[in-house]
Amino acid sequence: MLVSLNWLNDYINVRDYEPDELAEIITKTGIEVESVEPVAEKATGVVVGHVVSCEQHPNADKLSLCQIDVGEGVLQIVCGAPNIAEGQKVAVAAPGAVLPGNFKIKKTKLRGEESNGMVCSLQELGVDEKDVPKEYQDGIYVFPEDVQAGDDAISLLNLDDIIIELGLTPNRADCLSMAGVAYEVAAALGREYELIAEKVEEGSEKAESLVSVEVEDPEANPYYGAFILKDVTVGPSPLWIQNRLTAAGIRPINNVVDITNYVLLEYGQPLHAFDFDRFGSDKVVTRRARDGEKITTLDDQERVLTRDHLVITNGDKAHAIAGVMGGAESEVQEDTNTILLEAAYFNPANVRQSAKDHGLRSEASTRFEKGVDPGRVERAGLRASELLREYAGATVLQGVVSYDQLDRSEKTIDVNTTKINNRLGTEITREEIASILERLQFPYEQSDEDFTISIPTRRGDVERFEDVLEEVARIYGYDNLPYTLPSGASQAGGLSLEQQLKRRVKAYFEGAGLDETITYSLTSEKQSTMLVSKEVAQQAAAPVKLAMPMSEDHSHLRLSVVPELLQSLAYNVARKQHNIAYYELGTVFISEESEVTKQPHEMLRASGALTGEWLSHPWQQEKKSVDFFVVKGIVEGLSDLLDIPMTFEKAKIEGMHPGRTANIMADGKIIGFIGQVHPKLQKEWGLKETYVFDLNAEKLFELYEKEEAFEAIPRFPSVSRDIALVVDEDVSAGDIKETILEAGSPLVKQVLVFDLYQGEHLSAGKKSLAYNLLYLDPERTLKDEEVESAHENILQSVKERHAAELRG
Amino acid sequence: MKERLQELKEEALRKVDAADGIQQLKDVRVEYLGKKGPITEVLRGMGKLSKEERPVIGQLANEVREDIAQAIEVKQTGLEEAALEEQLEAESLDVTLPGRPVQVGGPHLLTSIVEEIEDLFIGMGFEIKEGPEVESDYYNFEALNLPKGHPARDMQDSFYVTEELLMRTHTSPVQARTMGLKNGSEPVKMICPGKVYRRDTDDATHSHQFTQIEGLLVDKDVRMSDLKGVLNAFAKQMFGAERDIRLRPSFFPFTEPSVEMDISCKVCGGAGCSVCKGTGWIEILGAGMVHPNVLEMAGYDPKEYSGFAFGMGPERIAMLKYGVDDIRNFYINDQRFLKQYHKA
Ligand SMILES: [Zn+2]
Repeated sequence: MLVSLNWLNDYINVRDYEPDELAEIITKTGIEVESVEPVAEKATGVVVGHVVSCEQHPNADKLSLCQIDVGEGVLQIVCGAPNIAEGQKVAVAAPGAVLPGNFKIKKTKLRGEESNGMVCSLQELGVDEKDVPKEYQDGIYVFPEDVQAGDDAISLLNLDDIIIELGLTPNRADCLSMAGVAYEVAAALGREYELIAEKVEEGSEKAESLVSVEVEDPEANPYYGAFILKDVTVGPSPLWIQNRLTAAGIRPINNVVDITNYVLLEYGQPLHAFDFDRFGSDKVVTRRARDGEKITTLDDQERVLTRDHLVITNGDKAHAIAGVMGGAESEVQEDTNTILLEAAYFNPANVRQSAKDHGLRSEASTRFEKGVDPGRVERAGLRASELLREYAGATVLQGVVSYDQLDRSEKTIDVNTTKINNRLGTEITREEIASILERLQFPYEQSDEDFTISIPTRRGDVERFEDVLEEVARIYGYDNLPYTLPSGASQAGGLSLEQQLKRRVKAYFEGAGLDETITYSLTSEKQSTMLVSKEVAQQAAAPVKLAMPMSEDHSHLRLSVVPELLQSLAYNVARKQHNIAYYELGTVFISEESEVTKQPHEMLRASGALTGEWLSHPWQQEKKSVDFFVVKGIVEGLSDLLDIPMTFEKAKIEGMHPGRTANIMADGKIIGFIGQVHPKLQKEWGLKETYVFDLNAEKLFELYEKEEAFEAIPRFPSVSRDIALVVDEDVSAGDIKETILEAGSPLVKQVLVFDLYQGEHLSAGKKSLAYNLLYLDPERTLKDEEVESAHENILQSVKERHAAELRG
Repeated sequence: MKERLQELKEEALRKVDAADGIQQLKDVRVEYLGKKGPITEVLRGMGKLSKEERPVIGQLANEVREDIAQAIEVKQTGLEEAALEEQLEAESLDVTLPGRPVQVGGPHLLTSIVEEIEDLFIGMGFEIKEGPEVESDYYNFEALNLPKGHPARDMQDSFYVTEELLMRTHTSPVQARTMGLKNGSEPVKMICPGKVYRRDTDDATHSHQFTQIEGLLVDKDVRMSDLKGVLNAFAKQMFGAERDIRLRPSFFPFTEPSVEMDISCKVCGGAGCSVCKGTGWIEILGAGMVHPNVLEMAGYDPKEYSGFAFGMGPERIAMLKYGVDDIRNFYINDQRFLKQYHKA
């Protein structure tokens, strides 16, 4: 809401405050002031000039040579505007004047003729192009007749006004009107204000003799008032109305439209003027539209209606979508003589629906949607009638023809001083509360500590004790609330085990050299099903999709964090940052239904993606690119950290390198995958060799067991033995390790691969794997024979299971 | 014989002194202290001496041996140290060459901020609660006093999945869920951080996904001044002890009264500058006393229980605290951006 301080000052004196100071007070007591701006950049020395004569410039076709009376004398001015003419009252910047942009006006010669100043357009005076009336857009501004040469043009045009913009929250619809703002500012400043009563001079003819009103759906339209105004002369509205509309960001059109808009701004009540002759009947019927019914609205759009939309009809044909927009057919035009003026209360939800369905949000619909003041509907009609009589020459017919089921009763709310103080933590006296209620102009009855308050209809948002509490608190001032701390029983607070684990896992990854990322949960359809771990793919029927996405890039919920990480990698590589190691703890969304009806399972994943160099120490000729085993090492480290054994099984996953991918298993189930991204996919992302991992963090946290008892450090020495085995190429190192652990149980505690060899000295298709084995008995020192016997046993088993030969 | 022993000793000590290598020293040892050495020879000739002289000469010979042995030892230690010194000198490094790098990663700036806020409220006895991101219309709106058709639903146009399910537009549904589990009889003291979603086109100041942290305290006799006290403690710890706070009236459907909290501008100290748009204040969060309808729907009797709630955006806090000027930076994951804030 844009509030003109000149206008506001007509209602309540605000001149003794600096605009910024006033804004601060308004902000602190109730409504956020978003900006304080002058209507136009400062201009001085501009006066009204009367064009005494206007002739063609002797040396230039497009220029005029004018003699202009500026009150203190007549000036010769050369003017280039096409619309200048003798007899006009125009805005003249005489020599010495300063226009916006610090443009100083001087005497000059134009094509040989002396020019003592400039005739100004509104744009040159700093008016925003969009607020300039159409007829003056391409030329100078022409004043109405009733101004005097020499008058200050800046103040006549209200260009010295200051506009404060209010950021209104949805509950404060009362401040969508100048009257409402005045009540609010009066309360904030502790001053007096009351919306003055309307004074309409009515003619003798009765409105009801010309029109009747019928309402079919009282819930959607509890009040409809029809005023009839005859003998209207459509023309420009007076300058002060135009100025006030302009200040509020509404372009002046003609007196009838301007007056309805003016009252909308003043009272917050939207009105609509129909050309009564074109309306085509003596009966107003408001009803729900028929499905498929059509109307051409003021913007010349044909609109198809449904039962959800309320329409104003002449008993047959729709002439307006209630509260949203009038019909083109009965629009007020230059020849309009009789007006049917509508002042109505439409149900907010209904207007909201219509405005939404037709994409028409207007000053009117916004106010109806938020609920207008029931006490002001009819008054607004009276106010407009009064103005139309004065400024459009209308004869106001007697009485308003109305349908009226509107509830105008004032709510009463009981409050108690102690209760208010207990809730606020204050010690406000009952006298102070009484004084606050008076400032708010909320009538009340008081008995000691207790107040029974009547809430004016303009404040529909105040419905219960807590609302009054807020009114009292804001006027009392939040600055005056003390600082206290909650007195209730204290609890320990803290992180749950899962939250602690999350932080530990993050710290682990970061210690391991990965940077944390946060990516979008909403992704493209294609990306939503890419690089999904098997156990997730098995559970998810389909990715969850939005009903109405804003873009294809964010239309589906992800089933894997990995593609989002790759996208981040690609972003960096495209910017010449080639060495990236990222991880994310992020949610994926698993729905077991292909048509979602219930909340998907949100599963926390721990995922990572790495590309480029892992280690680079050039002067020592050390350099290592990320490879499978770098990434596997990171995962194994996590396995150690959480003490959850993990195994790796070669696997094929769409989008992954078929020979360099494994499922990760824990507790006998797949919990994720690891490997190289498929080279084809790498290429699509513009990536070089890239490795990823993806783990079900939720499952890991479930498997995690907090160490309850401490295991003693072994007191007896362990025995270390090496063993080198020759096996077929396709025998996996992990399988051999399993066999060794099994056959060496319980003495073998640790098995480490320390060499892998293929080539010379080995027959084709063979490889040699060397392991270091650690034997230990925590209870005693091992004897050589025991180790020997276990070692033999192991050799026997690997020979049987894997055809392994001891390497000679 | 005495003279001979003295002579030998002096001779040997001279040679020890002159030795400039371990080998030479060894030779001296063999020469004088070996089985065939001159001192042994002297001792062998002791048979010719009188009974009285024998022990005297024997003792003297032993003393001479010991003196020589000790001199050799001292000299040897000296030579060894010198040798070691020389060797170490030869091993000297250019300590200004760069070390072998260790990969160091770090947290995302938003995580740092969220955890800082979490820890701050944990210190005040709050718990941390989490909840689903795909939320029911009931918990996201209705339980928070936003019935269907409520105009305030416009304030946060949302991504629906079905008519009843949507991407949560705030983390408040976690509050509603947590309260709902308490049978209307236990106090609640929690904060809930998490991702939220709104129908916004991504630009410098809007993001369809962002982060929120909301807090809730419900108990008997919770006062608005308690909210002010808690927020003040939070603001001073988060932004600095010299910052002031102020509450301004505002509106949220789930609180009444509702306020917005500003902190005094760090740049100008309250005088007004471009950062605070001339007001001296910077908006940080929204808060208020829990709306009685919300308490009622969660099973609390609003006559007996009251509470306060607050909500803030870590992105906004990061933008204010670290001068991040484009919200998209938080989600693009440019390495240069991420690394810059690892110490945040
Ligand atoms: Zn500032």
